[in-house]
Amino acid sequence: MLGLTGKDFTLFLIVVVMVVFAPIILNPFPVDSAMAQFNAGYPDLMQRFLIFGIFAVGFNILFGLTGYLSFGHAAFLGAGSYAGVWMFKLLSMNVLPAILVAMVVAGLFSVVIGYVSLRRSGIYFSILTLAFAQMSYALAYSVLTPITNGETGLQLSLNDPRVLDGAASADGSLPVPTFFGLEMRDSWDVTLGGWAFTFNAGYYLCAIFMLVAFYVAIRIFRSPFGMMLRAIKSNQQRMNYTGLNTRPYTLAAFVISGMFAGLAGGLMVSMDPLAGAERMQWTRSGEVVLMTILGGAGTLIGPVLGAGFIKYFENIFSKINDNVLHGWFAFLPDGLENAIVWILHPFVGKGWHLTLGLLFMLVVIFLPGGLVEAGQRIGRLFSRKKKPADAAQKSTQSTPAE
Amino acid sequence: MEAIILQILNGLDKGSAYALIALGLTLIFGTLGVVNFAHGALFMIGAFCAVTLSRILSLSHTVIDETRTDFLGNPAKVEVPYIYDFFGPEFGATLIDWAVPLSILFAIPIMIAVGVIMERGLIRHFYKRPHADQILVTFGLAIVLQEVIKAFYGANPIPTPAPDAFTGSFDFGALIGMDPYTVIYPYWRLLYFVFAMIIIGAVFAFLQFTTFGMVVRAGMADRETVGLLGINIDKRFTIMFGIAAAVAGLAGVMYTPINSPNYHMGMDFLVLSFVVVVVGGMGSLPGAVLAGLLLGILQSFASMSAIIELIPGINQVIIYLVAIVILLTRPRGLMGRKGVMED
Repeated sequence: MLGLTGKDFTLFLIVVVMVVFAPIILNPFPVDSAMAQFNAGYPDLMQRFLIFGIFAVGFNILFGLTGYLSFGHAAFLGAGSYAGVWMFKLLSMNVLPAILVAMVVAGLFSVVIGYVSLRRSGIYFSILTLAFAQMSYALAYSVLTPITNGETGLQLSLNDPRVLDGAASADGSLPVPTFFGLEMRDSWDVTLGGWAFTFNAGYYLCAIFMLVAFYVAIRIFRSPFGMMLRAIKSNQQRMNYTGLNTRPYTLAAFVISGMFAGLAGGLMVSMDPLAGAERMQWTRSGEVVLMTILGGAGTLIGPVLGAGFIKYFENIFSKINDNVLHGWFAFLPDGLENAIVWILHPFVGKGWHLTLGLLFMLVVIFLPGGLVEAGQRIGRLFSRKKKPADAAQKSTQSTPAE
Repeated sequence: MEAIILQILNGLDKGSAYALIALGLTLIFGTLGVVNFAHGALFMIGAFCAVTLSRILSLSHTVIDETRTDFLGNPAKVEVPYIYDFFGPEFGATLIDWAVPLSILFAIPIMIAVGVIMERGLIRHFYKRPHADQILVTFGLAIVLQEVIKAFYGANPIPTPAPDAFTGSFDFGALIGMDPYTVIYPYWRLLYFVFAMIIIGAVFAFLQFTTFGMVVRAGMADRETVGLLGINIDKRFTIMFGIAAAVAGLAGVMYTPINSPNYHMGMDFLVLSFVVVVVGGMGSLPGAVLAGLLLGILQSFASMSAIIELIPGINQVIIYLVAIVILLTRPRGLMGRKGVMED
């Protein structure tokens, strides 16, 4: 259905259900319970899941399929964010033009950078993209201040022209992003027994875009174009020898993933109309690399899982402080309790990046396929019957048409 | 004329830091074929060796000084470093003052140990994996090292001054017969440059004039044949990794008075050092040194106000711009060897 094979359609359907019911699924603990701090079902975090999911899915189209490791994708996210805020400032507070323009600007930007960077491959490509991204970051901070508003970050103001719908809302305050009148921050709270669920307009707008993006990614993965990209990954030289010019294909992949990043940037400013230069820094590009690898590069669902995983733990882990830890281990004798808290202390709260770094290293060393491979291995443990089929599949995969 | 000399001098100290880090990166890449994204973290660890030593030296205990009284009339409490007790106050004060240069001795064994552990424990398992995997795992390691330092030393920069003898500046212009007070240059920066040149010279001499260095060079050219000749090349490469780590660490130790160390200084330098390596030519040691100094000087010229007025923002992007142009026009870099990392 929808041009997908049965298996892909099931996957897509699962993702649709998960995304639509996320406000419920992510709030499994009653509000008053001690576990309520593990609830992720608040709009701000759920929006970030989806936005970074889009970003990572797009990055995966480049890295997972062609193997080109870009360390500069944050530049496109940043360019999209700036374009989006400018649309809010100049045209109207409707999010649609902002998001579309963000995609177009990021796409054009990635055509330029991709055209130059893709002339080299391997580590040189990584360093070229890194150099371009750092350059945009430095420029956004300094010379381009009239466009980017430098360190302060670009934000809305009451003096903006906003040709279509005026500078200020009726009561003279700053207007908020809307979708044809529907404000992005509108939420409906539903209380059910001890549970509270928040259904947020902005979240569902992100959801629509994310599902479309995910669908496009599936189609690209299964298309002849996707096959061509995989061929480039496995042996680009041979592709060239057969008389095929690979550069248009890699450039197309680069631009597509740049546009995904622009879409993520546009959505980001639609939820919170503020764009800062630090969004373009290379450590941000590193973050999307982490997400993709952690989830499983080259798989469909991996980047989404990775993005959700990192954003969830970033929020939840960084909230755990010593008091919370003491609360958990209160049943132990005092000495032991203090010892455990002392050991765990560097890994939680502000030290969350340490945990992330360790986790990432473990994944790269032991699970090159990321969370998806972990899931497959666990699945294989429980279904022994499937083993011959798996083995057969593996043997076909490991011997590409030499 | 004065302005030009001043900018060259200004570029030298930053350029020597780039050159030292890039030299270590190239050593690792040339011997082991590994792209080490954690090299900036080694630079940072070196800087924190200096911080640690100066903290150890100034560990102190409280003594009641009967001769002085505080505002309430009680005997004043004075913090006295332990080192005063061991060596007497005068020599003790000198030791604390010279903490940064002393850290060189302290940092060398630590950095070699860190490097060897890194190579034996982690990186050797990645020789056969693709370059992307090497980048990723060392990137992860860099995050971990940086966060560990942050956990111990906090997120703020820690000022670590140079010895009093080197805090001043001197009149470089007068030295070469120009008007006095036109070209003023701090002692420590000059010292940094001289130190960097000594280290670079030592590394080159070690590779060129010792049997060990000869074997390593042979191994860089053809690892397999050297192995077949019955030489344990892996062990020598591990030691070279340790030396590369020590070079980066020493660059960090000596850089502390110029720039107070903080936990992300490694990442800041890493990106630029990679650019330097690529500009110099992947796998070429003289190329790395030359490109480091050149880019340092270029950057300092680009920050002249006359040039910034001409092309705004050029000081921020000049290095990247040069790297992009070089990569596209001279893919092998300034002095790159044929057949290294070409695709």
